[in-house]
Amino acid sequence: MTTETISTKAPPAAVRAKPTRSRLGDRVFDVCVRSLFPVILALGAGAILLLALGRNPVSFYQDIWLGGVSGGGWDAWQDSAIRMAPLLLIAAGLTVIFRANIWNLGYNGQFLLGAALVTGYGPSLTNNVSLPVAMLLLVLMAGAAGAVWTIVPAVLKARYGTNEIITTLMMSFIGVDLANILIKGPFQDPAVTIPQTRVLDLEKMLPNIPGTRIHIGLLVAFGAVLVVHYVLTRTSWGLRLRIMGANPRAARHFGVNLPRLIITSFLVSGFLVGLAAAVDFLGLWGYIRGGQNPAYGDTVIPFVFLARLNALAVIPFIAFFSVLSVGGDLAATNANLSTDFLLVLVGLILLFMTVIEYLGRRRDLGGTYLPPGLKEALRAPLFRRRSP
Amino acid sequence: MILASQVWTEVFWTSVIAGGLLAGVPLMFTALGETISERAGVLNIGLEGMMLLGAYLGFLGAHYTGSVWVGFLTGIAGGMIGSVFMIVLCVWLGLDQIVVGIAITLAGEGITSVLQQAQFGSTYPRLDAAPTVAIPGLHHISVLGSSLFDQPLIVYLAFVFVGLLAWLFRRTNIGLNLRAAGEKPEALDAAGVSVVATRSWAALSTGALAGLGGAYLSIVAAGIFTPFITQGQGFMAIVIAMLGRGRPLWVLLGSFLFGIALSLSDSLQLAGINISTDVVHMLPFAAIIIALILFARRSYLPPALALPYVRGAR
Repeated sequence: MTTETISTKAPPAAVRAKPTRSRLGDRVFDVCVRSLFPVILALGAGAILLLALGRNPVSFYQDIWLGGVSGGGWDAWQDSAIRMAPLLLIAAGLTVIFRANIWNLGYNGQFLLGAALVTGYGPSLTNNVSLPVAMLLLVLMAGAAGAVWTIVPAVLKARYGTNEIITTLMMSFIGVDLANILIKGPFQDPAVTIPQTRVLDLEKMLPNIPGTRIHIGLLVAFGAVLVVHYVLTRTSWGLRLRIMGANPRAARHFGVNLPRLIITSFLVSGFLVGLAAAVDFLGLWGYIRGGQNPAYGDTVIPFVFLARLNALAVIPFIAFFSVLSVGGDLAATNANLSTDFLLVLVGLILLFMTVIEYLGRRRDLGGTYLPPGLKEALRAPLFRRRSP
Repeated sequence: MILASQVWTEVFWTSVIAGGLLAGVPLMFTALGETISERAGVLNIGLEGMMLLGAYLGFLGAHYTGSVWVGFLTGIAGGMIGSVFMIVLCVWLGLDQIVVGIAITLAGEGITSVLQQAQFGSTYPRLDAAPTVAIPGLHHISVLGSSLFDQPLIVYLAFVFVGLLAWLFRRTNIGLNLRAAGEKPEALDAAGVSVVATRSWAALSTGALAGLGGAYLSIVAAGIFTPFITQGQGFMAIVIAMLGRGRPLWVLLGSFLFGIALSLSDSLQLAGINISTDVVHMLPFAAIIIALILFARRSYLPPALALPYVRGAR
């Protein structure tokens, strides 16, 4: 009872005399704090972790910079740029579906199915049809595969309200297995004994941007991000999507056809994830092995949220993560650590992000940074509560 | 073609049931944990990370003390460490449960892999096989005897635990409080029971059970900890728990079926039949999806699932 009266006593002073903050500078500052702070805090926590493991954090982060940006006479950044292409496309796909407040967690299955089809049909198709046509067909095929794989969760969600987390996860498991069956079965390269598809010839892969080693998939990815941003912010479809995400009941009252919108947003999301697979495997790998699963989606999610579901803002974050993951390989090898250390960093970024969001929300409401219960708990050892 | 004579052998069925148990028990522990927290309205996507923490710490405990039981205890502690993040961030502060869950999974995957590689990167120590307890009289029955009644003690305890949990859910105040926390937290609050405390205990026991499941994987099933040893079983457990709709006996059944699916291809190989692991692995998921399409009904989930409780908020 006492805690109750204390926490509801007199509104905080900040609520009464709070100037409206609308200046551009303040907003930019706010966005920077909310988006960059989690990253900085995570890198700091990562440094402490590295120290605890007996590694030198300074040289670790230097190696990341070296391996991801400046190494090889300012050549390594091209590797990071190549890594960006699939990550950006997945991020675009997830942005669409998360804006609708729907969880598409089946990205791994969608990605691998697209990858298996592209690498399986790639060699024969590029030999029989002219290269641009073959490329277009392959890319569309992968996108279609990704989209098709979302249909079941989408329809179940749209018609029966079945929870999409469970259905997309199950479809993802099935998709990964199916991709492996295809790779080890019909698409198996007969010339080798290990499970893997035939390797695309180097000249049959996506061409490079002139003057670089970066394949044009990166341009495709940038284009897709721009289109997604335009559609989400400047079209009625994007507006309806956001209304549905904010409040499905309100959306229904506005006359939005919810089932159709759910299904189309799922299809777009799956298509973009499939596209990511096509770009990555036609541009970089050229073949796929059984059991190979880059699991890009897991690590993309944090950055989609950090960008606050804004497709354009995703670009710098994905660029940052590409450097982190490409350079992280070198850094981890040099420090004799597993490359999975990067997963820890990404997880920390997510955790710090949610905490900072929370603090920011409380500040906006005019409250203090500490929740009432915690404040009491912290205060309790110092101040003895006076008995009423 | 599969010949009947290849399949109808004692060895085959023994291996199917034993394999299903071996692979199903960790799924069961974890899925039961998820059942508890889902009932209380906390959706725990971080199970995979908690299982890995439990598997790693459980392996450490068993490796350094030589005792399986110490291993299980450290495994439980490992899972609890993971769930503490969930409790503080999601239950106390009301942050997004799915985002925090994904973070726990990622961090759990990363940290266990890094530590394993830093410690055992070159040695790969193995544990001795866990001692089994043969139930006198019963373990001589053909097929069922050597598969069901000659298992490590923890397996029997798991079955006892399922019954205990079913009783707890159905017959006790604790079960009622848990359900109220997921169905209508305001009502629980009005009845004078703390929603936050109920959910915290639920989430903590989820972590403990996921940790135990992970510890079982590394100590009993594999005898070794390798990075990513869970291979998505945390997510499978979520699926099983959601399909079980909060009923422990259904969770038991589901875990056993998924366990058989995970281990069936080994049994088939024993019988001289080669079916790829991928096909067998895919079957239970495909079956559930088909069932969902055919008999599509609303999968029942507590209305307050994944929603933070804020007193007085509407």
